[in-house]
Amino acid sequence: MIFLAEFTVFRPDPGLVIWTSIIFFTFLLIIGKFAFKPIVTALKRREHDIQNALDAAKIARAEMENLKEENEELLAKAREERTLIIKEAKEARDYMISEAKKKAKEEAAVIVQNARNDIENQKIAAIKELKNEVAGMAVDIAGKVIKRELSSDQSQKEYVNKLIDDIKLN
Amino acid sequence: MKIKYMLMRNFLFSFMCFGLVFSSAGLFAAEVQQDDPDPVIETPLEDLDEKEFDPGEKAIGHIVDANAFHIGGNLFFHLPVMLFVPNEGWTLLRSTRQFKPETYGDGTIAINRFVLNHGTVYRVIDNSFPDGRVDIDGFTKRDAENRCGEIVPTIFVKYGGQEYQVEWKSTIDGCFFGGSITSYYDFSITKNVFSMLLVFGFLTWMFLVVAKAYRKRDGKAPKGFQNFMETIIVFIQDDVAKPFLGKKYDRFLPFLLCIFFFILALNLFGLIPFFPGSANVTGNLTVTMVLALFTFFTVNFVGNKHYWEHIFWMPGIPAPIKLILTPVEFIGLFIKPFTLMLRLSASITAGHIVMVAFVSLIFIFGDSGANLQGSIMGAVMAFPLTLFMMGIELIIALVQAFVFTILTASYLGAATEEAHH
Repeated sequence: MIFLAEFTVFRPDPGLVIWTSIIFFTFLLIIGKFAFKPIVTALKRREHDIQNALDAAKIARAEMENLKEENEELLAKAREERTLIIKEAKEARDYMISEAKKKAKEEAAVIVQNARNDIENQKIAAIKELKNEVAGMAVDIAGKVIKRELSSDQSQKEYVNKLIDDIKLN
Repeated sequence: MKIKYMLMRNFLFSFMCFGLVFSSAGLFAAEVQQDDPDPVIETPLEDLDEKEFDPGEKAIGHIVDANAFHIGGNLFFHLPVMLFVPNEGWTLLRSTRQFKPETYGDGTIAINRFVLNHGTVYRVIDNSFPDGRVDIDGFTKRDAENRCGEIVPTIFVKYGGQEYQVEWKSTIDGCFFGGSITSYYDFSITKNVFSMLLVFGFLTWMFLVVAKAYRKRDGKAPKGFQNFMETIIVFIQDDVAKPFLGKKYDRFLPFLLCIFFFILALNLFGLIPFFPGSANVTGNLTVTMVLALFTFFTVNFVGNKHYWEHIFWMPGIPAPIKLILTPVEFIGLFIKPFTLMLRLSASITAGHIVMVAFVSLIFIFGDSGANLQGSIMGAVMAFPLTLFMMGIELIIALVQAFVFTILTASYLGAATEEAHH
């Protein structure tokens, strides 16, 4: 019975209808327009931004991958080139060294030959001079001997010895 | 991050406990005061035994709408009164205090045949009752025939040695729910309206702050409270709006969010067991009816050709079956919002009744405060039960708001779906 009497919760109340309508409608207008609309727009925009950023990252990663491959190719090429260059350099070095050695040998031979020739020439010149000197001395001595023939043989002999002693081979 | 969540959980839990302690304490205090002998108003002679604690009456007193907000004991928060009588005009009062209530929110004067009983305004039926302000000698309650021809406990006003029967609280149900069509309409700021205004103000402030954060921190990651609200908003967006509405979701998302947060805030506000919470707003059929009507009108306003075609002349079905199907579909138009209305108000009202019933255990076991040991026993029993119910009610508050929103979204989705065959 009490439910029938006082259970006004489940009875439509005209005042409450009007007030609820007014309050909820105002709520819808104010909050819907000034809060939820900007919030929803901001969320949507952010979602969009995030998607864009993800896409951009994907593209960048793919590009990176490409670059890496290119780099590796370049590196391999460079390595090959380096090996080639080193090889060439080695060959050039060996060639140069052998060339230099050959040349040096030749030159050394020429120098030795020249030196020999010089020595030979000098020797010949020295012998010639010696011959001339000896001849001069012999003539000198002979002259002096002839001059002293007049005295004794003894003195002659002594004189000759003395002359010979005087000759200083210097 | 983890620490933050734990803190939040702890906060919620302590909030619940806090609420429970206060709910028990508040009701206990109110009850103890009620048991004091009442010097001003004479206890009715042949009335039901007033000394006995009646949990049913207590529960109904708690869940129904009232013109003055009961805080506890004889303390009422008085609200403005606007009453309209056809052919006679308005009776406007600054607050229910003008009825000069002394105990239990029972007024001691009548104004233009209106009286205040337990914080609620009623009108005396009898024309011979004088208009203007007159002193009355209190109230009594006994069985009498109401306008619908039912014999029910009825309030009588004692005036000049006679007893005058009062009408129901203003209603327009035409006896369908046990009321009638009253001779007056109550457009007052009642307890429910007051609660709604508070929640309205709170939500407006809160969401304008959040919206400002979005404007200020445009293009940045959400932070703090904005982040908290965003999880809920995104939940509604991704799990309610998008699955049902597809690409057009942003057109209806503000409406769905408004419905969700309005119902959720009122549900939770009703769970706060002390003033200014505790009002059973979303458990009131009138409130849910208005919300359901908003859904109804929105759905049928945006409904496209495809939608109406499916209701009145379902394509691809033989004509005889169409004749059966069309009335069914047409009734379905109204049943959908009707179930929305009933589901929400029934579950919230039931929750409030159960909560009051559990707290009432303290007084049932304690013989209305006469038996201390019994009271303690009752409290020991009531505490875990109320705690449990509070937990359940928190879930129900969320689930009912969610269900209302998701069903609204599904109706909107059906109404705006494009033909695909």
